[in-house]
Amino acid sequence: MPRTSDLEDARVIVRGVSKSFVLRHTHSFKEAFVAFIKRKKLSTTFDALQGVDFVISEGETVALLGFNGSGKSTLLKLISGVLRPDAGDVLARGRIAGLIEVGAGFHPDLSGRENVYLNAAILGMTRSEVDEKFDAIVEFSEIGEFIDTEVKHYSSGMFVRLAFAVAIHTTVDILLVDEILSVGDEPFQRKCLAKIRELQGQGKTMVVVSHDLDTVANLCRRGILLEHGRVVFDGDSHEAVARMRGQ
Amino acid sequence: MKSSSEPIPPGFSEPGRSAGLLGVFRRRYLLSLIVRKEVQVRYRGSVLGWLWSYVKPTAQFIVYFLALGIFLRLNGALEYYPIYLFSGLIVINFFTEAFSNGTRAIVDNGPLIKKIFLPREMFPVSSTIVAFVNFLPQLLVTLVVCLVVGWHPQPLQVVGVLVGILIVGLLATGLGMLFGAINVSFRDSQNFVDLILLVVLWASPVLYPWTTVRDNVPDWLLQVYLANPVTVAVELFHAGLWLPTTDGSFELPPDLFLRAGVGLAIALVVIALGQLVFRKLEGRFAQDL
Repeated sequence: MPRTSDLEDARVIVRGVSKSFVLRHTHSFKEAFVAFIKRKKLSTTFDALQGVDFVISEGETVALLGFNGSGKSTLLKLISGVLRPDAGDVLARGRIAGLIEVGAGFHPDLSGRENVYLNAAILGMTRSEVDEKFDAIVEFSEIGEFIDTEVKHYSSGMFVRLAFAVAIHTTVDILLVDEILSVGDEPFQRKCLAKIRELQGQGKTMVVVSHDLDTVANLCRRGILLEHGRVVFDGDSHEAVARMRGQ
Repeated sequence: MKSSSEPIPPGFSEPGRSAGLLGVFRRRYLLSLIVRKEVQVRYRGSVLGWLWSYVKPTAQFIVYFLALGIFLRLNGALEYYPIYLFSGLIVINFFTEAFSNGTRAIVDNGPLIKKIFLPREMFPVSSTIVAFVNFLPQLLVTLVVCLVVGWHPQPLQVVGVLVGILIVGLLATGLGMLFGAINVSFRDSQNFVDLILLVVLWASPVLYPWTTVRDNVPDWLLQVYLANPVTVAVELFHAGLWLPTTDGSFELPPDLFLRAGVGLAIALVVIALGQLVFRKLEGRFAQDL
């Protein structure tokens, strides 16, 4: 358990966090009745996270590592506030923006411009902040003149580029980045990485989830390795990746 | 839920702790964008566009006017029956749309709710506001017709109409939050709401005058009937818009303004209950959707 003295420059505190999901196998009275008669289980509990503890300091970039189903995304959702822990606390200081699946708030019938404003507001920006960043967002996305076209006519590449551009330009203290390093073609990926490094330089706190282990190990100094919902390693990111690969 | 008793260090907050309806009004800018989006998207791809907002109530009005006004002769029994009918119908339409869309709002916005945290009350509230935007042109038509046939607006009548709108808006938002939250786990909720909405038109004096209810049911049932906040809102509309255009011989329900106060109180209780249930259930939204 972290001491109070360590918490002064902390941005995210996760202490004793557990989260489990109840998987219901029945979705109607009929199914429930049949299952009951056949003495099948009506539901099973799945522990996604158990007793997770860590503190992320200001300006730190942390990689959450682990195989599918290890609890990375659940943890990210807990930090963003989409999910609440069953036990323990998740605490954060400052504004959080999740890149948890870019483009979640996009509406296909709205133009690129309208979507930028809507999505930025969803991510917690004010009108003046969006006005200020709008040109930078459009430039970064390389959408150009198509900004006033309905998003449903965009190619999938254009769509993710715009969505990512909005998310990366949110003025927040804590950025949660889920699997975005696989966005767009290679030049755009390089641009994304450069942007993330620029934000690192500005002292933003970041939590990154990716399956691209080499990139993520180079991007982050610290790695937290999760296995079946428990933290099994917390330290140097290259070491964490090595441990993950060694298994 | 909480196992940790440790204090929260200063400056920290728990992500996902929602301020409820208050949080919605703290993020008015987002609310305004969501409402604008809904309004824009609604009739996109249709040739008539927003004209549909006029076509639907007009068709509805014609059907009821023919069936009840002409065939069942209510047109002769009530002076300016078309105005009576239309001023009540628009209240019901506002309620129906706000309540029904509010109930579906959480499920419809599931992809967003699962991925990004924002005050989820935003969605039922925006449903009510969108329904209100849709209601305004209908109200305008009613006002114009009333003015043409000789209505001279009095302050009390205008206040009555505004209170009626407030009652319906609050009630629909509260019910939308309540049934919308339940709808996440039990889709029976939206079917149940459809059932309620089927009855709502007939459970209020929209197509017929309330006096027929008074003359046919025992007093306790009449009191129940008149306690319905939607009924109160409809009667406030009749009192404010239709009655002044007639010779004024129609008898309104007694103590209408007292009933309006009670109706408003009921609406507030419903919204408080809706918020309470919503908060209880919202922790499961992201995982159950």
